[in-house]
Amino acid sequence: MEELTGAQALVRSLEQQGVEVVFGLPGGTILPTYDPLLSSRLRHVLVRHEQGAGHAAEGYAWATGKPGVCVATSGPGATNLVTALSDAYMDSVPVVAITGQVGRSLIGTDAFQEADITGITLPITKHNELVTDPERIPAAIAEAFHIATTGRPGPVLVDVPKDVQQATAPWRVGDWPPPMDLPGYRLPPPPSRAAIEAAAQLLLQARRPVLYVGGGVIKSDSHADLRRIAELAGAPVTTTLMARGAFPDTHPLALGMPGMHGTYPAVAALQEADLIVALGARFDDRVTGKLADFAPRAKIVHADIDPAEIGKNRAADVAIVGDLRFTMAALADAVAAAIADGTAPQTGDWRAVLDSWKRQFPLRYAQHPDGPLKPQYVTERLSALTGGNAIIVAGVGQHQMHASQHYTFTRPRSWINSGGAGTMGFAVPAAMGAQVGRPGETVVAIDGDGCFQMTAQELATCAIEKIPIKVLIFNNGFLGMVRQWQELFYDERYSYVELGTAIPDYVKLAEAYGCVGLRCDRADEVDAVLDKALAPTDVPVVVDFRTHDREGVFPMVAAGRPNDEIVLGPEFSAAEQRAATRREMEL
Amino acid sequence: MTTHTLSVLVENKPGVLTHVAGMFSRRAFNIASLAVGPTHDERVSRMTIVVDGTSTSVDQVRKQLEKLIRVLKVVELTDNAAIERELALIKVRVEPALRGQLLEVAGVFSANVVDMSPTTLVLEAVASPAKLDALLAMLDSYGTCELVRTGRIGLARGASVITDEPGEPDEPGEPGVSAAQPTALASAAARQAETAA
Repeated sequence: MEELTGAQALVRSLEQQGVEVVFGLPGGTILPTYDPLLSSRLRHVLVRHEQGAGHAAEGYAWATGKPGVCVATSGPGATNLVTALSDAYMDSVPVVAITGQVGRSLIGTDAFQEADITGITLPITKHNELVTDPERIPAAIAEAFHIATTGRPGPVLVDVPKDVQQATAPWRVGDWPPPMDLPGYRLPPPPSRAAIEAAAQLLLQARRPVLYVGGGVIKSDSHADLRRIAELAGAPVTTTLMARGAFPDTHPLALGMPGMHGTYPAVAALQEADLIVALGARFDDRVTGKLADFAPRAKIVHADIDPAEIGKNRAADVAIVGDLRFTMAALADAVAAAIADGTAPQTGDWRAVLDSWKRQFPLRYAQHPDGPLKPQYVTERLSALTGGNAIIVAGVGQHQMHASQHYTFTRPRSWINSGGAGTMGFAVPAAMGAQVGRPGETVVAIDGDGCFQMTAQELATCAIEKIPIKVLIFNNGFLGMVRQWQELFYDERYSYVELGTAIPDYVKLAEAYGCVGLRCDRADEVDAVLDKALAPTDVPVVVDFRTHDREGVFPMVAAGRPNDEIVLGPEFSAAEQRAATRREMEL
Repeated sequence: MTTHTLSVLVENKPGVLTHVAGMFSRRAFNIASLAVGPTHDERVSRMTIVVDGTSTSVDQVRKQLEKLIRVLKVVELTDNAAIERELALIKVRVEPALRGQLLEVAGVFSANVVDMSPTTLVLEAVASPAKLDALLAMLDSYGTCELVRTGRIGLARGASVITDEPGEPDEPGEPGVSAAQPTALASAAARQAETAA
């Protein structure tokens, strides 16, 4: 029997698992593993900061549906992964993190670069394990990937002490994966037939149904069944921040995004609905507003892979626990069968109301030819010039909301962002990971100037590794979303939110990192600059768009307020706002 | 305080207590008491967790526990369908003149005297939580100077047992909403107990 070191077994396990690329940065306790890595067929992308490795693994997973892998050393290397793991946990992203740990005899002695990373990441991983036996490495790796990618996906961390990487053990693995020891791990049950029948009946009986679509539809690749259900039942669709692209924005039944910065038709439709069918969504506070006032007249059908989401925030009238892959197909079939039996959907009046809302209360902003550049305008031009076919990656803040609102998404896995955790600095490294996963496609990071400066060092990685991402910085010189809240809720007392537009010089910074640097501050130059930025190349491009520093994100529902208090924004008249609030419907 | 007792079978592996305790802390669930010990199967430990039901949704606690990879089974023990016991050691300050009276109280509650000094004695009491509370209330008038309680442990009454054979890794759960299962188990045990009585 072949004797392998723990390090060799670790690398071979990753190969056997079908991993193609790992994002990492070596250090003392992971050195043994980096040795066999050098002669492995695995691609290793050397990041400049471990947080970049974590977000790159996330971006790769979002873009491909395959698990992303990141590697770091013990102590600070491992703790630098923490933000990315927390982000992956909140957004259910399948990520496997492998960290070195100090030798077994040193654990607990406050040894150099020691940190209790399994303890630290316990509340932000789906599972983690400190491997103390070299012979266990193949099973631990196989289990990590199994747990990360099945059920509700999530991050798993495997912590391997240095001496466990160095010790040898026989490689006993025949066919991959080796036997796994997970007696307490339950995969989701098949969805209940009765619940699906009940949901189909409710959907066809409803007069004012809304399909409330979350990230689960993307993760389960069930967008085709979503479209079948929507079209069969004549039911409008709202896609959350996690689900943009699950349903084409160009479809007549599309309402856009719900929630705090959702479109008026989406927010109002949920409030007025008599039935909400939640598909892989979790009634997050950013969607519901004040929970007690959310969708007061709606019955709820809640389909989710995670039983703990059912009834967590809003009670369900019909609960369907199971993998949406099966739930959605069965629901589409059940709706089709019910229609064949003579039950016809009755949503014509409702759709007419929603269409009138779309006309009356669209997303509205004003770009004057000689006025300050508006981020919405840049996003819409990007959407037009890429035909809605780029992969858009955003950080967190105003630029993220503008990107989500104004880019016309037409396909799943074309929108990548930090939803639940709200991690500033997500965009550049996540775009890097997405581009590695989908090398032939146009990957555009839309970033704020605040976000960009948190992880810009990965431009070096992108330039050297020829990962040609496009980074559009919406540079308004402020932590814009914070500024907007201070404007609205803190009497315009702008406390420490001004970053300034000039430092750093983003064009010079881009060039210093070996990227192309461009700048644009006029609306009539946007198309030319975008054309230049989008031209195929193997060099990353950074564009410094000098955008208006007063521009807010609207519509808006203030945190903790009822969704009925939606504010349309400064581009709407008082009369229009009154009409939107009163919401006279003839149903 | 309404309490709920959860009997939780977990893998006997390092870190499992941290996983369970960490989940309670992260989700802001309140633990009233927690007792952990081995079972007859050395691969499996049993935790008895008492949850404050006024501040915490027991259904959520159960579902979140079931999501932990090292948790094998979660069952709620209901009052009349389960035996619940707690052990307490109680050091009471007592004048020699009152000692006899105190021993009488101990006798009523079947508490044993396990240590004695000229001015104190230590009682050992095993009882249901309610009975133990009653004993402690009685002892208050004498002067309890030190108290340690193990936390509650419990078992369902009757012939049915918590399924403790570890399942297959890929074994699917009950179709549909699986919430009803543990309660059904407990109430079946209760019915059996009634029939036996």
